[in-house]
Amino acid sequence: MARYVVDVMPKPEILDPQGKAVLGALPRLGFAGVVEVRQGKRFEVEIEGDATPESLAEVEQMAQTLLSNPVIEDFEVRTA
Amino acid sequence: MKVGVVTFPGSLDDVDARRAVTFGGHEAVALWHGDHDLQGVDAVVLPGGFSYGDYLRCGAISRFSPVMTEVIEAAGRGMPVLGICNGFQILCESHLLPGALIRNDHRKFNCVDQRLRIENTSTPWTSAYEQGAEVTIVLKNGEGGFVASEDVLDQLEGEGRVVARYLGDNPNGSLRDIAGISNERGNVVGLMPHPEHAVEDLCGPGTDGLGFFTSLAAVAFA
Repeated sequence: MARYVVDVMPKPEILDPQGKAVLGALPRLGFAGVVEVRQGKRFEVEIEGDATPESLAEVEQMAQTLLSNPVIEDFEVRTA
Repeated sequence: MKVGVVTFPGSLDDVDARRAVTFGGHEAVALWHGDHDLQGVDAVVLPGGFSYGDYLRCGAISRFSPVMTEVIEAAGRGMPVLGICNGFQILCESHLLPGALIRNDHRKFNCVDQRLRIENTSTPWTSAYEQGAEVTIVLKNGEGGFVASEDVLDQLEGEGRVVARYLGDNPNGSLRDIAGISNERGNVVGLMPHPEHAVEDLCGPGTDGLGFFTSLAAVAFA
């Protein structure tokens, strides 16, 4: 089984209200000195067979078409 | 005209949209997300709601539902398509419209009678309005912040494709107070506020939304 991880993050220039909410909550819990939090998504994808350049390319295609919106998000694919 | 209203799993405003279509003088046709069939309609409304539970991203999964293949193809041929709220999100995810809609900058769900200015009356959905008309239409969303790159925003402004703009305080962080836009041809319009909730005096803030549904008639008889 080939396992891949896809990390999707809001682009740096796009406002991340969820990250801002977490950033606001941390000092209330006593975590001092946190200056920034960005929240993204992690996908774990399993594909039949061994990891190959073809299956990697396929996961990149999935990330491009469905898992991320390239207008507002960046993604990274790696083998797990 | 026959105006189709698509029901996705999780659509909320499909029935209101069909009612508004009827008030606009048209025959409303219920379309199902799982069918590769537009049933011969002349225009399509993608209604508001939380299709597919807003899973992944708002509109991201709906965009690949069977009926959207037909909607995208028909939009390419010039069929009028109006996406309201979640429908606007689906149109952006489909790349029929540029940009994207993200969570409101204040992080709260917003439900208000919103003042708007109609800035483009050349689309099939807005031709019943006077240029620059100021109207009040219900706005209710959690992810209504319109974002796009500066280049895209400049292009939208330059080509007159900002269809409606928020007046007063910006309700959701939309860049340049944008409430609605059109595609290059003008037949595809996305709008965050809900004109289908402003078509009768009994409920809602008045009837200012009716123009979105009567505009089509002017197109039909033009």
